[in-house]
Amino acid sequence: MSGIVKTFPGVKALDGVSFDVRRGEVHALVGENGAGKSTLMKTLAGAYRADGGTIAIDGKTVTIDGPRAAEAFGIGMIYQEFNLVPDLTVAENVLLGHEPVRRGFLDERAALARASEAMADLGVALPLERKARSLSVAQQQLVEIAKALLRKARLIVMDEPTAALTEREIDALFALIGTLKRQGVAFVYISHRLEELPRISDRITVIRDGKTIETRATADLAADEMIRLMVGRPVDAHFPALPPVAPDAPVVLDVRGLAAHGGVPVRDVSFAVRAGEIVGLAGLVGAGRTDIVRAIAGADVPSAGSIAVAGRPVAVRSPHSAIEAGIALITEDRKAQGLVLGMSVRANTTLAHLDKFERRGFIDRTAEERTTQSEIDELRIRTPNAEQIVRNLSGGNQQKVVLAKWLIGEAKVYLFDEPTRGIDVGAKAEIYALMLSLLERGAAIVMVSSELPEVLGMSHRVLVVREGSIRADLARAQATPERVIAIAAGAAA
Amino acid sequence: MRSQALRAAGALVALAVVVVAVNVFSHGSFLTPGNLTNVLRQITYNAILAVGQTFVIITAGIDLSVGSLIELTGVVMAGFANAVPLGGVPLVAATLLVGLAVGCGAGFINAVPVVRLNLPPFITTLAMMLMARGLAFKLAHGRPIAVESSAFDTLGTGFLFEGPLHAIGLPGIPIAVLWMAAVVIGFAILLTRTRFGRYVFAIGGNEEAARLAGIDVGRVKTLVYVISGGCAAVAGLLLMARFQSGSPNTGIGSELQSIAAVVVGGTSLMGGRGSVVSTFFGALLIGLLNNVMNLLGIESYTQDIVLGAVILVAVIVDELRKRYLRGA
Repeated sequence: MSGIVKTFPGVKALDGVSFDVRRGEVHALVGENGAGKSTLMKTLAGAYRADGGTIAIDGKTVTIDGPRAAEAFGIGMIYQEFNLVPDLTVAENVLLGHEPVRRGFLDERAALARASEAMADLGVALPLERKARSLSVAQQQLVEIAKALLRKARLIVMDEPTAALTEREIDALFALIGTLKRQGVAFVYISHRLEELPRISDRITVIRDGKTIETRATADLAADEMIRLMVGRPVDAHFPALPPVAPDAPVVLDVRGLAAHGGVPVRDVSFAVRAGEIVGLAGLVGAGRTDIVRAIAGADVPSAGSIAVAGRPVAVRSPHSAIEAGIALITEDRKAQGLVLGMSVRANTTLAHLDKFERRGFIDRTAEERTTQSEIDELRIRTPNAEQIVRNLSGGNQQKVVLAKWLIGEAKVYLFDEPTRGIDVGAKAEIYALMLSLLERGAAIVMVSSELPEVLGMSHRVLVVREGSIRADLARAQATPERVIAIAAGAAA
Repeated sequence: MRSQALRAAGALVALAVVVVAVNVFSHGSFLTPGNLTNVLRQITYNAILAVGQTFVIITAGIDLSVGSLIELTGVVMAGFANAVPLGGVPLVAATLLVGLAVGCGAGFINAVPVVRLNLPPFITTLAMMLMARGLAFKLAHGRPIAVESSAFDTLGTGFLFEGPLHAIGLPGIPIAVLWMAAVVIGFAILLTRTRFGRYVFAIGGNEEAARLAGIDVGRVKTLVYVISGGCAAVAGLLLMARFQSGSPNTGIGSELQSIAAVVVGGTSLMGGRGSVVSTFFGALLIGLLNNVMNLLGIESYTQDIVLGAVILVAVIVDELRKRYLRGA
C-alpha cells in the first residue's frame, strides 16, 4: 500500500500512508487511537475505498472495491468484534458464503468434511456442531482464522487479537501464528499491547495522524522509542499543566464497595475524588473501566456499594437519579450513546436539562437558542448555526456538543469516558482546557482513557483497573507507563 | 433561490392542471364547496387515528390495534349512552370520558410489555387488535348497537355557521371537522412545543442516548400508546355519532389506513422524524385521491392499486430527497 489517502467529512483520516508486508511475515501496526490504523485496514479489506494512493499485491497494482474483491485477492480480515453469526454452528460459520451445494441443495456431509479439514489444517479441535454463541472468545477467534484460511487468505489482518484472551490462550494463538507463518501466510497485527510485539512481530510500522512515521525491524525498536514515535512528542508536552489539588479540598465523589453486572462485572470498587482533582482510570480494553463509570452514573444499576456526592449519599437507580445528584457521564461512544444524531445542535444540547427551559408547560425556544449559542461560542463548536443536524458535524465537534449537553447542567462530578477518542489534536487540546476550567469550578473529574499518555498526562492520580477491580492507586509521580502497563496486564501488583 | 421559486411555481401549475382536468372529467363535481367539505369530513376519522399513530411511529413503534379500538370504544360508548339517564351535552361528555378510559386503558396495556420486556410493539398491538375486536363483537352480540339518544346528532351530522355560510353558497363547517382540527392542532403543539414532544423525538432517534440523558423512556413510551388509544376513542365517538350506532366491524383496515397517512406525510418508520401536520396532509392526500377516483367512476379494486402505488411512490420520493440532502 502506498500513499493511501482517505478523507471523511471534516477529517483527513489517512494522509499518504505507505506500508508493505512480506510473505510469511508478521507486521505489527501501532499508533495511538485515531492514528488511522483501523481506517487503513478497512481500506485494505474493501470496507472503505481510498481517495488516493495505490495497493499492489505481488507487484501488481489492484483495485479493491469491496469485501468480495479483498477476499479474492487473498486478504482475510479479523475484526476485534468478530463477524460470526451467533446462531449458526461452527461449521456453518466457517463455510458461510462458500457452502458446498449438490443439485441446488446444501450438501451437509461435504460441508462437515470441509469444515473439519479446515480445522485439522489449523491443528485445533473445535466442536463443529456447536453454535458460535456458546464458544469462548478464543474459540471464536479460531473460527475466524479458519474462515480466512478456507478462503485461501495469504494475508490475515488481526485487530487487537489478544485483547480478550487469557495468558494461555495468547500462547496458543502465537504458536498458531508461528505455524501459519512457516506456511507462507503473512499477518498484519494491530495491537495496543506493545509488550507483546517483540514476541510476535518481525517488523513494526508506527503511524500517527494518518501518516507513516517509521517502519523498522522489531529488534531495532525499543519500547520507549516506539511510544515516543506513536505520540510524536515527549509524553507530557502536549498536556496542559494541572493545577495542584488543595490539601484541604473537600471530597466530591466517594465510592465505596461498588459492584455492578453490566458488561464486565465490577467488584468492590472504592475510591474518592476531591474538588479540583482528575482521577484517571487506566487499564486494558475490556478491563472494566467503562463499566465502573457506567455504574456510578446509573447507566448500569449498581448491585452493591454506596455512592456519595459532596458528602450526601445518592441512591443511584437510573441515569436520572445520578443526574439529579450532579453526576454527568460523557459516554465513550458518542454516536450510540451520547447524541441523537438526527436532532439539531440545540435539541441535543438541552436534552438532559430540558426542565430548565420549560415555561408554563412549553419549551422556551428563545432561552434554548440563547444557551446553545453561548455554548457554541464558548466551546468553539464549528457549526453553521444551532439548528444544524448533529449528524453533519465532524467528530470533534460532535464531541463538543456532548460536552455542551453536560456543561449546562453544572454537575459536581464529571465522568469522562474516552473523551478524545477519534478527534483531532486541536480539538483534544480544547477538551483538556475545558476539563481544567471544570476543575476551577470545583468539580471532580474521573477520566477513562485507553491512551496511556493521556491518562498519565491529565490525571492527578491514576487508578489501574483489571478484571473489574482497582488494582493500584498511583500518585502521578509514581505512575510511569511501564508500571501502569505492568499492573494492567497482570504482570505486577 | 430562483430555481426553487421556479420549481414551486411549476408544481403549482401542475397541480392546477390536474385539478382542472379532474374537474372537467368529473363534469364539474370535484371543485364544489360541497364536495370539498365532504372530503374533509370523510378524512376526519383517519386523520385523528393517524395523529396518535404519528406519536407511536416517531418512537420507532407501531400501533396495529387502533382499528379495532375504534370498534371496541364505539360499542362500549353506545352501550353506555343507552344505559345512563343523561341527555344533551352531559351525555356526550360522559360518553367521551368512558370511551377515552377504554381507549387509553387499551393503549396502556399495549405499552406494558413493550416497556417492561422490550417486546416488539408489532406483536403486542397485534394481540390487542384481535382481543379488542373479539371483545367488541361479544359485547355487541355481533351486530351494531343503535344509539337511542339524539344527543349525538350535532356531533355526527351538524354544521357550524350553517346559516351565514349558506348565504354565500357554502354548506358550513361540519362539527366533526372542528374536532379533527382541534386534535391536529393540539397534538401538533404537544409534539413540537413541549418537553414530552421533544422526548418522543429523542427516543425515536436514539433510545440509549435519551435514557442516559435522564429521560424516563418507559413513561414517555407508555404515554405514546395511551395517546394513540385515546385518539382511537375520539375517532370511535365521531364514527358512532355519524352512524347513530356503535358497530363491531367499522374499523377493519383502519390501522393500515392510519399508518399509510403517517407514511405519506413523510414520517419515518425508523423513528426520530415526523410531524402531526404532515400526517394531516397525508390523510388529506389519501382522502382527495379516493374522492377523485370515486368522481371519475374508478372501481374500488383499481382504487386500491392506485392507493398502494401512491404510498410506495411517496416513500421512495422521501428517501431520494433525504439522500439528495445528505449528499449536498
